Amino acid sequence: MSILNILHIAGSALTAQSARLNAVASNLANADSVAGADGRPYKAKQVVFEAVPMVGRDGVGVRVAQVVEDAAPARLVYDPTNTAADAQGYVAMPNVNVVEEMVNMISASRSYQANAEIMNTAKQLALRTLAIGQ
Amino acid sequence: MTDRIDDALRFHQQGLNLRARRQQLLSSNIANADTPHYKARDIDFRQALAHAVAGKTGPLALVQTSRRHLEPRGGGPFEAAMRYRTEHQGSVDGNTVNADVERAAFAENAVHYEATLTFMNGILRTMQTAIQGQ
Repeated sequence: MSILNILHIAGSALTAQSARLNAVASNLANADSVAGADGRPYKAKQVVFEAVPMVGRDGVGVRVAQVVEDAAPARLVYDPTNTAADAQGYVAMPNVNVVEEMVNMISASRSYQANAEIMNTAKQLALRTLAIGQ
Repeated sequence: MTDRIDDALRFHQQGLNLRARRQQLLSSNIANADTPHYKARDIDFRQALAHAVAGKTGPLALVQTSRRHLEPRGGGPFEAAMRYRTEHQGSVDGNTVNADVERAAFAENAVHYEATLTFMNGILRTMQTAIQGQ
């Protein structure tokens, strides 16, 4: 039934958008992490979305195809007293762009809200359909 | 008698079916509002309904001159009426979804769906009144 399939499509979008929010949270939390798990400065993570046809049904859902590391160069901060500073006194900070991440967060949360709204509408329509002739 | 009820409801049933599938198509568009290279689609509802009511598959129906010819799949009136949306403002990632347009169309389609349900309920209530003779 097409109306119930909408729940699957919107559900896939909710999952994808929350993965994006997750990446934003991780980036913002590590905006000042000089050393990551591998000892190098943290690299910003970005999710890449991909349209995916629903298995055995019509409609196109969405999923996270991959999580890529931002290729932007590390932000260099002059701080010779820092133990992580190089010979010239520069510390390589993560390449997280805080403004960009905030915008990304707002966009993800708006998309999430839109899809949650769609789920509500689809549920309401399905219930009305079940009540035909009553 | 039962085929009369069937006749009375067939038009609305076709309409409801197409509305449900359009709702699904629009939810796919909204789910993929942030997917690179995704192209938004919608249907020409007038054409789809006219073909569905006439029992035609579409403008390019496959002519079957033998019983052993294969039944075309996925080529119903709905698929034949599908069109790509013309974009108002192009985006760099090749995505053509305009979230506002899609959400407006989604809400509009939901109202039309409910209207069709109301028509069906009206027909059923009329018949019930006729049967009960009150």
